[in-house]
This record gives sequence, structure tokens and C-alpha cells, in this order.
Amino acid sequence: MINKQNQFFKISNLKSNTMAVSSKFLSTITLAAATAAAMFSCKPKGAESAVSGDAASKVYVAPGKYDEFYDFVSGGFNGQMSVYGIPSGRLLKIIPVFSQFPENGWGFSEETKPMLNTSHGFVPWDDLHHIALSETNGEHDGRWVFANGNNTPRIARVDLKSFRTAEIIEIPNSAGNHSSPFITPNSEYVVAGTRFSIPLDNQNGDVPINTYKQNFKGTVSFIHVDSSTGRMNIAFQIRTPGVNFDLARAGKKVSNGWMFFSCYNTEQANTLLEVNASAKDKDFIMAVNWKKAEEYVKAGKGQKETVKYAHNVYDETTHMATSTMENQVLVLDPKDCPDMLYFIPCPKSPHGCDTDPTGEYIVGSGKLAAVIPVFSFTKIQKAIADKAFDGDFDGIPVIKYEAALQGEVQKPGLGPLHTEFDNDGNAYTSMFVSSEIVKWRVKDQKVLDRVPTYYSVGHLSVMGGPTAKPYGKYLIAYNKITKDRYLPTGPELAQSAQLYDISGDKMKMILDFPTVGEPHYAEALPASLIEKNSLKIYKIENNQNPYVSKGEAQTKVVRKGNEIHVYLTAIRSHFTPDNIEGVKMGDVVYFHVTNLEQDWDVPHGFAVKGANNAEILIMPGETQTYKWTPDRVGIFPFYCTDFCSALHQEMQGYIRISPAGSNVPLVWGTNKNPLTNQTASSGPAANQ
Amino acid sequence: MVLMGCSAFLAFACISKTPTQKPLDINELTKNQTEVHGTEVKPEDVHLTNPLNAQWVADGKAIYDLKCQACHKLTTEKLVGPGWKGVTQRRKPEWILNFVTNVDMMLDKDPQAQKLLEECLVRMPNQNLTVDEARKVLEFQRSNDGEK
Repeated sequence: MINKQNQFFKISNLKSNTMAVSSKFLSTITLAAATAAAMFSCKPKGAESAVSGDAASKVYVAPGKYDEFYDFVSGGFNGQMSVYGIPSGRLLKIIPVFSQFPENGWGFSEETKPMLNTSHGFVPWDDLHHIALSETNGEHDGRWVFANGNNTPRIARVDLKSFRTAEIIEIPNSAGNHSSPFITPNSEYVVAGTRFSIPLDNQNGDVPINTYKQNFKGTVSFIHVDSSTGRMNIAFQIRTPGVNFDLARAGKKVSNGWMFFSCYNTEQANTLLEVNASAKDKDFIMAVNWKKAEEYVKAGKGQKETVKYAHNVYDETTHMATSTMENQVLVLDPKDCPDMLYFIPCPKSPHGCDTDPTGEYIVGSGKLAAVIPVFSFTKIQKAIADKAFDGDFDGIPVIKYEAALQGEVQKPGLGPLHTEFDNDGNAYTSMFVSSEIVKWRVKDQKVLDRVPTYYSVGHLSVMGGPTAKPYGKYLIAYNKITKDRYLPTGPELAQSAQLYDISGDKMKMILDFPTVGEPHYAEALPASLIEKNSLKIYKIENNQNPYVSKGEAQTKVVRKGNEIHVYLTAIRSHFTPDNIEGVKMGDVVYFHVTNLEQDWDVPHGFAVKGANNAEILIMPGETQTYKWTPDRVGIFPFYCTDFCSALHQEMQGYIRISPAGSNVPLVWGTNKNPLTNQTASSGPAANQ
Repeated sequence: MVLMGCSAFLAFACISKTPTQKPLDINELTKNQTEVHGTEVKPEDVHLTNPLNAQWVADGKAIYDLKCQACHKLTTEKLVGPGWKGVTQRRKPEWILNFVTNVDMMLDKDPQAQKLLEECLVRMPNQNLTVDEARKVLEFQRSNDGEK
């Protein structure tokens, strides 16, 4: 039991934390002190009181048993995606996406380096914000998971058979790819909207920054996803006025064919946005009729523009990525395409923009708003038919707020950010400033329940929450501030996440777990949709890497000028060749390591002393290439870095580096002296 | 530096874009893989005939080169595992097939297999051979032991 003093400390700590963020957020708006006080008085007495007695049994997954859900969690500034089991909160895997990963050599091996190529060159980091699981008929199909790179605009597709990044496409005419990669109900498109408007790529960008209004434009891109291969291509981009696009959701069912983007900075400020982009009472949700856009593309209304962007694909049979530089994109200008774009006023600096499972309701979460508006798709359609417009914004019709509005959630809390749904007509909104989740009923916008989060929740995720058929059951809060949740680890802390049981009327916190990186969005789906398809090995017969050694008989060392190519095999517990001589200073050595194992979970590792590189892991049946530039004369060991067998410590070799101009011949072998070709002393003859 | 390596490698990667053989169907290759260690092979399931099936011997040799040779020599010399010379006289055919396709079962139950593990200290890996493939390897072993 926690003593009183400790409890008091926690409350005061939470309050000061809340105040700190709220002052940051609310500095530009006036909020009645009384309201604020009322809000804070709703605060919990301490985290312990929020946990009920049977919490442990609800999240206990016995040894050897599996979790019910896979949860794909963005890693934010680590550029990765992590995979958790729910309800246990066990970390199952980290998937490198927009980042190099020393754990398995992703982005370090020669085969995977091209995945991180961009029009700006090799960019081995990014800020991965949002997750989009592929869908069929608005429901998860367990094939792919998409993620956005926010900084150097990119979208990645991860294959859910191999849990590997299969493709990365850069987005031209974009900066700050935040409202991405939200997906349409049949995975026709993932989208990318510019958070930062900029002069477009083929404009002269050398303009004064304060000419934002004249020279800065936004774009939203629709990236087509091939329904059988998942292969992405930019189908079209829509040019928009210069604003900040923030988040997006596809329409579904009744609203299928539409995409909704929240946008802020309709003030078109280019400095001190904290104040200058918070001046107006309402910003917009932009409604895009993408079926209409497709018609305009078909009718030839698009203009081909010269741009430059990288398109990187990883091939699971060659075990090799290729990077292609594309140079054209099709742009639709709303001036040539009437009835394609509409703005809907939304209070105030909207962040989340979420569609409910029926597709009828669009929920805007204004970070600085005192209400949560719920818009009706039917009413939006009627407003468009009746031309119930409040003028236009840069030529794009602005629908009257009241004409689109179904209703408002009154006094939901402070700092609404994101909304997800269950399958019983309820919505759940994260409240950043007041650190809570608020449950409300979609049809009458009535608040039903609220629970605290620890602390300052950003995104939230209901199992299947963004789909047409949510699974419900659990909700996870991904918090921005951790403070005292876990044992302290110095100034830098893991981010906290909390799991809630939402199966009853009241939300109940049942687990608190630290996460990797800084999770933004996450999506979860039933394990049964993925687990049976999970790849176990790469069949060695199908390995088409040009540097594969299919068996030890094919191993060799080849000199091509100053390049030394070592075709090397690994199997428990030796490399072939494991003695290499005749390599000289000035040579660059490529170790092409083929793992000959065909058993699940038997990777081998590879590392050479002094390599300015990571170690690499090679999965069974795979070939990966490790580049090493010797920097001095001598004998250099290499070894297996993944404990593979009882004789793992014996899994090693030597490479000899001679001075430039040396006449040592290029020779190699295992279990023999490569210089004389005599067999080394061998093991005892088998007596069996 | 990194970029140079990257672009140098892209040049190699381009070679693979014009494959000389029919492109593989990636979906087909990477579809559902269950981890199966086979079902137990019984004595009555294996029929040895002479003369040897020459095609099986050739196929078995190709499988040996890819998946077995790293650990097993064709002489009596032990490398990681025992040399294969004489194996078809030492072991019953179903014992060999089970050790290739049901290695977990053999190491759990079979005293001779367990004794081998104590000597070699490396578990015989599951190299994902089908029973048919293992049968071809057996034909190659018979050939290696001088059968005609």
C-alpha cells in the first residue's frame, strides 16, 4: 500500500505536469480559470486507485501461450515500428523502417542500403508517426502495414509475412509528411498531405519566407497500392492552398470515395505559429472526393510535372533492394477540377479527423477547442447540393459549419486530439491537456465515462478502432509524458502506454507498459489474421541473390580490380572459407554470406574486426553482403555474432591483409592450409 | 563513402533486374510455411531396390551439395557430423529418413541418435527436406557405399 504522503506527491506532480503543458497549449486562448479548476478537480487520487483487483488476470498470458492481438506501434523519432502482444504488452519485435538498425544490419548490409536512398541521398533516419494496416471492405486483412516518414517525406510498406520493410516511396512536392499514410477501405490508396506548405519542387524556391501566401502551396498525394503485390505508385497529387495538413481518415461505407484531412494554420503564418496559427476560431477539415479525382485523372485533367523522388523495393528472392529515381508526378489543380475539394470549418486548430465505423460521422478534434464537433456525411452532401457555402478559401468552397454539423460534444475535457470507435456506437477521444480518455456516444454526443492517463495522452488505439468493424475489447493510450511511472532511468525515459479494458460500461486500466521510441499512432489486429502466414525460412533453392553460394562447393574468393568478393557460407558451426589470404591494402572486401540453414530461428551473424559498419544477421536461406575496407596490415578475425549452437564460439575465421604490392596469392579454404592446399589436422574418424 | 558504396551496389543490383530465368512468383514462394518435421517413417514405408535409380542418385547428390555437404564428408571422416561412408550398412533406411525429416523425434526418443548428439554436440539441423527428397539422398548414400 502506498502511504498518503506518496499519494499526495503523485497528485501534485501530475498537476504541475498538466499545468506545464496546458500553459504551452493555451497561451493563446483565454480559458476561464473556473473551468480549468473544475477540470483539475476531476483528477484521480493517484494511479493505484485507477486499477481494479482483477487487472492482473486480464493481462496475464501464461508462458507458452500467445497474445490475442498484434499491436503495431510507431516509433516516432527512432524511425522504426515496434510490435507488441496485447493484452500482455510484451514486446515481440522491432522492425526497422526509415532507420538503420545495428541489431540485424538493416541499412548497413549492401543489400538493404538502397532502401534508405532518397532524392537527397542516403537518409538513414526519419520520424515515423502513423500506422495503417491494409484493409479489404473496410476491415483488416493482415497483408501489409504502412507507415509515414515525416521529415524526408516517405511512405513505407511492411510485409506482414516477413515483418520486413518491403518498399519505400518518397513523396515529391511535400514537406512534413504528417497526414499519412491513412488508407482507403479496400487499400486502393494511402495518402500523404503536406504538414509544411512550401514552394513546390519545380517552382523557384529562392523566395523570401514571408511570401508564404503567394508562393507556398500544399499538396495531398494519393499513392495507389496494387491489390495483389502491394506495390505503390503515386497515382496523383492535388495542389491545395498553403496550409498545414495534420491528419486524415478515409470515408467508409456511406462515405466511401471520400478522404478527410484536418488542417490548421489557415492563417497562413510563416513565423511563431504557436501564436500566429492560432488566431482564427475555426480552421478546416478538407473533404476530398477521390472518386471524382480519379475521373479527372481519366479525363486527362492532370498535369505531368517534373520532380525527383526515390522508389525503393526489397525483393525477397534476391534478398536485395533496388532504388529507382522517378522523375514525374501527375498533379490535379482544383481550379480545373470543380466539386473535388471542399473545406468544412472546424474549431480550433483541428488535429484528429476520424470517421466512425458507419462512415456517416466525421469527428474533428480541435486541440484548442472547447467542444468536439461531429459532422454528418449526409448533411455535407446536402450542403454541397444546396450550395450552403460560406464563400471560398482560395477558390475552394467553404461549407457552412452548421450545415455540416450533426452535433457537438460539450465539455469533453481539454486538448482533444484523436478519436477511435468501438462496435457499439461509442467514441473514445484522447485529451492531451487534461490527461484523460473520454468515452462518448456518437449518436447524441453524450459523455459516458472518463478515465485518467499517465500522463498527457497523444494517440489512442481501440482494437480495430479505425475500421468499419472495430473489435473493441481493449483501448491503449500512448502517452507523451512518463515522469514517475517506472523506475527512473536518468533524464531520458521510455514513453508510457496504458491498456484499458473497455468491454464494460466503465473503462478500466489493466496494464501500464513502457514502449520503444516515441509512439504516435498504433493499430492492432487479431493475431489469427497474421500468425499462420508468418514466414519461417527463406528456401535456399529459391535464393536468387547474384552472390549466393548454394552449398560449400560454390564458395570462392574473386578479385575484380581492387574489389575482393568473398562468397561465403555459414552453417552450424563454421564458415567456408574461414581462412583467406592474399588480400592487400587498398582492397575493398565484400563478404557475401549465405546462411545454408533451413531451420526456423537459426540465423547466423557476421562481423569483422575494425569494420566501420554494423554486424549483420543472415536468416536461414538468405544471402547478405558485408562491406569491409581493411585499414592496416595484419590478421583479422571474423566470427558469428548470433549464438547458434554449442560450438558457436568456434564459429570464426581469419582474413590476412598484406601490404599493397605483396605477392601473397589470393587463396582460401576451410580445414586446409590454403597456401599449400594440405588438409588441416582433422577430427577423429567417426566410429559410428 | 556510404553513398559511393550504395551506388556501386546499385549497379550490381541492376544486373538482377534482367533475370535470365523465368521470374519467380514471390507470393507463391513466400506463402504459408508451416513448421513440419514430417511424420514418422515406418520400415514398411521404404523400399530399397536394385539397380539404383540413377536419377534419384543424381538428385540426391545435388541435395547433398546444397544442404548436407557442409557437415558430412563422403569418407569415414567426421567433420561436424559423421562421414557418410558405410552409413547405409550401419543404419536402417527408415532410421536415416527419420533422422533427416524428424530430427526432433529422433533426438527425443532414439538412443543411437542421442548418443550421436553427445559426440557431435551440434543438433542435426532440420534442413527442411521432404521424405521424397530424403529418399533421394538415401539413394545417393547407397551409391556412395558402392551399391549398384
